[in-house]
Amino acid sequence: MEEIIRVDNLSFFYPDGQQALTDISLMIYQGETVALIGPNGAGKSTLLLHLNGILRSNGLVKVFGRPVDDRNLMWLRSKVGLVFQNPDDQLFSPTVFDDVAFGPINMGYPEAEVRESVTRALDEVGMTGYEQRSPHHLSVGEKKRIAIATVLAMNSEILVIDEPTANLDPGSKWSLIALLKRLPMTKIVASHDLELVQALCQRAIVLDRGKLIASGATKHILANIPLLAAHGLAPAESA
Amino acid sequence: MKHSFIDQYSDLDSFIHRLDPRTKFIITLVFILAVIITPPARWQAFALYLLLIAALLILSKLPVFFVLKRSLVIMPFVLMIAIFIPFIQDGEVAGSYNIWLWEVSVTHTGLQVLWNVLIKAWLSILSLIWLTSTTKLPNLLQGLEQLGMPRVMVMILSFMYRYIFVLVDEVMRMRQARNSRYFGGKRLRQLRTVGNMVGTLFIRSYERGERVYAAMLARGFDGHSRTLNRLNFSQADAYFGISFSLVLILTSVVNLWY
Repeated sequence: MEEIIRVDNLSFFYPDGQQALTDISLMIYQGETVALIGPNGAGKSTLLLHLNGILRSNGLVKVFGRPVDDRNLMWLRSKVGLVFQNPDDQLFSPTVFDDVAFGPINMGYPEAEVRESVTRALDEVGMTGYEQRSPHHLSVGEKKRIAIATVLAMNSEILVIDEPTANLDPGSKWSLIALLKRLPMTKIVASHDLELVQALCQRAIVLDRGKLIASGATKHILANIPLLAAHGLAPAESA
Repeated sequence: MKHSFIDQYSDLDSFIHRLDPRTKFIITLVFILAVIITPPARWQAFALYLLLIAALLILSKLPVFFVLKRSLVIMPFVLMIAIFIPFIQDGEVAGSYNIWLWEVSVTHTGLQVLWNVLIKAWLSILSLIWLTSTTKLPNLLQGLEQLGMPRVMVMILSFMYRYIFVLVDEVMRMRQARNSRYFGGKRLRQLRTVGNMVGTLFIRSYERGERVYAAMLARGFDGHSRTLNRLNFSQADAYFGISFSLVLILTSVVNLWY
């Protein structure tokens, strides 16, 4: 399989000096769906923000063989679509159309192509007809779908999603999982929702306190109860 | 939590709703300008303006009660500023009263100025209600941008439209959290709590701003904002805009020269 993301010895410090990531090295291959699991504050979101260059630090992140640097930023952001955890942060425009069109317009698509991308992206997430609605008046599940559409509209080849099922009721959660399963591109999903991980991802990477703890096939990782318990992903052993 | 739209009733369908936002914006500006430059004594002109704005409101099928209520919400502020004018204006005294130790007198010119301020404010407010209730805010913003409003201002207003209720929700949740742990106490303590809430709200909004900015960067934002132009100026816009403006200009000319 072709290697499309490579992270070598990545460390990151917050502005206040606190270390968020320590010597992370990992690889993502074409077409796979990888889970990034770990407790709250493990550094999952911080790692995701490195994948399209919003955060940068020492260590090397390469996407399709190209290093993340200033010259590559626009190209990188069209390749790696990042969906944020809170759709109220992701959806900042007055209408759904404006929001989904934001990426394609910034990518410099001509107008006809922008419209076509918006229509296609909304269709892919099952939200056709919501173009003129205001994000404020949508349910959380609808907002999550629109948030995914904003990234699909850019034709990203890698979809990076932070906590896709946070705050969703079980019905919306499973229909969102079904939606993610249908999308063909390479996916990286950060979550501590193990049901989601089991249903969606072939491979899982465990992260805790900024360090990479384990990596392997999802079924092996999820079967390793002592490992999960040690990193806040299962009830403590004594319970 | 559910809140009403800022641009409530903007999704009705009428001849007025279908007009280009720019036409409506310009009409509103011309209307307000005409109202402002009208001499106070010309009550016929004010009657005409009232008739015009009433016609616009009826054409747009807005509920009368809604419009009146909304216009009255703003009037107290105008009144607060204008109420003292009759007392401080010089001129022929209309009546004087003794309030405890003071002798206050109301003048005719003062009353006229008061009436002038009130009617002009009310007419202007009606026209603004008409504008915002018949135009979706995103369209209005787009219109403003095409009329040359700086892009930064348009972005600030569109973020306002998007996030005002997100913030209101946040405040409501904070109040519920406070009330569920509030067991009475001195007024001073309550003030302190409110102060803390304001601070927290500021920090949360600031952090949200950073996350929103990251979300914009992630989709290729590079400091230049771009939009598609979706508005088109139709023939109806031209006829309506021109004829309405002509009526207003004519009235103003008559008012000022005769």
